[in-house]
Amino acid sequence: MTDVQVDRAPRKIVIDPVTRVEGHGKVTIRLNEAGEVEQARFHIVEFRGFERFIQGRMYWEVPVIVQRLCGICPVSHHLCAAKAMDIVAGVDKLTPAAEKIRRLMHYGQVLQSNAVNFFHLASPDLLLGFEAPVAQRNIVGVIGAFPEVGKWAIFIRKFGQQVIAATGGRRIHPRLCIPGGVNQNLAVEHRDALRKDVDQIVKWCCDALELHKSFIDSHEQLHETFASFPSSYMSLVGADGGMDLYDGALRAIDAGGTPIFEGVRPADYCDYLIEEVRSWSYMKFPHIRSLGREDGWYRVGPLAQLNCCAFIGTPLAEAARKDFMALGHGGLVHATLAYHWARLICMIHCAETIRDLLFDDDLQGTDLVVTGERRPEGVAIIEAPRGTLLHHYEVDDHGQVTKANLIVSTTNNNEAMNRSVKKVAQDYLTGREITEGLLNHIEVAIRAYDPCLSCATHALGDMPLIATLEDADGAVIATRVKQ
Amino acid sequence: MSMTEPVAVSRREARILLLGYGNPGRQDDGLGPAAIAEIENMGLPHLTAFENYQLNIEDALDVAAHDIVWFIDASRTGPSPYSVRAVSPSSSIEFTSHIVRPETILAIAGQCYGGSPQAFLLAIRGYEFEFIEALTPAARHNLDAALAMLTERLRHPQPGTPGEAT
Repeated sequence: MTDVQVDRAPRKIVIDPVTRVEGHGKVTIRLNEAGEVEQARFHIVEFRGFERFIQGRMYWEVPVIVQRLCGICPVSHHLCAAKAMDIVAGVDKLTPAAEKIRRLMHYGQVLQSNAVNFFHLASPDLLLGFEAPVAQRNIVGVIGAFPEVGKWAIFIRKFGQQVIAATGGRRIHPRLCIPGGVNQNLAVEHRDALRKDVDQIVKWCCDALELHKSFIDSHEQLHETFASFPSSYMSLVGADGGMDLYDGALRAIDAGGTPIFEGVRPADYCDYLIEEVRSWSYMKFPHIRSLGREDGWYRVGPLAQLNCCAFIGTPLAEAARKDFMALGHGGLVHATLAYHWARLICMIHCAETIRDLLFDDDLQGTDLVVTGERRPEGVAIIEAPRGTLLHHYEVDDHGQVTKANLIVSTTNNNEAMNRSVKKVAQDYLTGREITEGLLNHIEVAIRAYDPCLSCATHALGDMPLIATLEDADGAVIATRVKQ
Repeated sequence: MSMTEPVAVSRREARILLLGYGNPGRQDDGLGPAAIAEIENMGLPHLTAFENYQLNIEDALDVAAHDIVWFIDASRTGPSPYSVRAVSPSSSIEFTSHIVRPETILAIAGQCYGGSPQAFLLAIRGYEFEFIEALTPAARHNLDAALAMLTERLRHPQPGTPGEAT
């Protein structure tokens, strides 16, 4: 249901959030005197308090505690904190068993999270079309039109959860990692159960990509231009330049594909990135230090992971990557909707990597923990489903965390989401009416990034999506509420 | 069960599923998981209880395999100590995967697996949602009241009558 209120006078549209988000996010679109879009801002809840939440905790308990930060990505926080605390524990290299079981968990996490994004969030727009009736444009409508998609959605997600449960002992808030290693190896019975299903999962990921490409074939112009703009990109890559979602060095490239920096160790991130606070947003604005606040913003996530890597080390995903990069005609791919295509390629890569790991006997190794000499600081980076995730901790002589800094993927994409919303507003806003179509198109743009409402509450009674039109002085012209 | 086979639902006994969700690290937002923790200790028959940070689409599998489903969530604005309402299948699209509604879970359960359980939403009123891992005393009181109602309903399940809303 949509409620519309109309008042007088122009200038500013505020789209105020967001179901179960405590009302802290909103989209603001400012018009100039000529009635053209001048500025767009996407606000989202991002409590800075969660860093204080970690301070005072013992360093060894942090990998468990940080799972409270996100309902979708607890495993990403678990693994990133564990990697940082490896360094604090004086450990630079894990045993093969520990490293590989962590990787297995991580690829299971990325697989299941990307599956939720694509099937639950994106597929209604992409398979039914942006203009499909609201009552049908949802996951149930997709399942009605494409029954196999429902099967893929549930079981790819479920398989990823099973990988997490098999490695971490439980599907919710697993406790695999400890500083310097892991608590357990992969039990043979779990390995064998996963082996039985993994080929099917790989195939379904490939099938989903083919289905998605059929949409692109029939919406080529829309796919290329919707909410799109050239940008820089940043992600981890492996030492050989290949895609590595678990470990590696930071690489950033400009819109033309020229490296801005590469081979940057996580511990040196402060030399290359800087976080800016702006008065109108809870969320920080990280940018590349050498380029400054105006030009130093970048995008992270699946699109960046594809643009930044030189290759993917699994065959099906690598073939899909080459096909994908052809979109850029020799350059990078900048289409915002291409996040979904890239996300599906990452899913294929995750499924292939999981399959490879399930046939690696190191996962049944019994040498699980390495010890070292304590250090006062640890920084780690991981490629979470939505992109680059950084954890930085300082620990005192008693083992208590004295300082924590987290740059989550959604924060890295902060400026890019604003620009995508602005592009949509420029292309679809007509006059002073907040149409349902405009609202929908803005949501489509935001869904490409799937912003993380990390540490948001989940209580009933939070605000639905609200759009408000204001004039230059802030007076409300119209408000639209999406129920 | 092979993961490629649909879930079979037996109607011989009323199988009850409780899904409590919320963020225990945000004070009263943890009412749903707290309810599940208490109920799990009761050892009630024909009962499955899960807690999670939020609902997820694969919950539809579990929902489809049960006859009665209770979604248990904290409420910021509802009546105290709790309210109960029936939930019907209905799907919507959100802007982030961090939002999944009970209605959507029911719709997927019906569409994909033919499951159509009686479903109710138990909304327990909370008051504080800061970064603290503990319920407020007032929310704890509301939880006790909700559990008293719910355990009575679980011991004597009567599909279609969720219990008196307060």
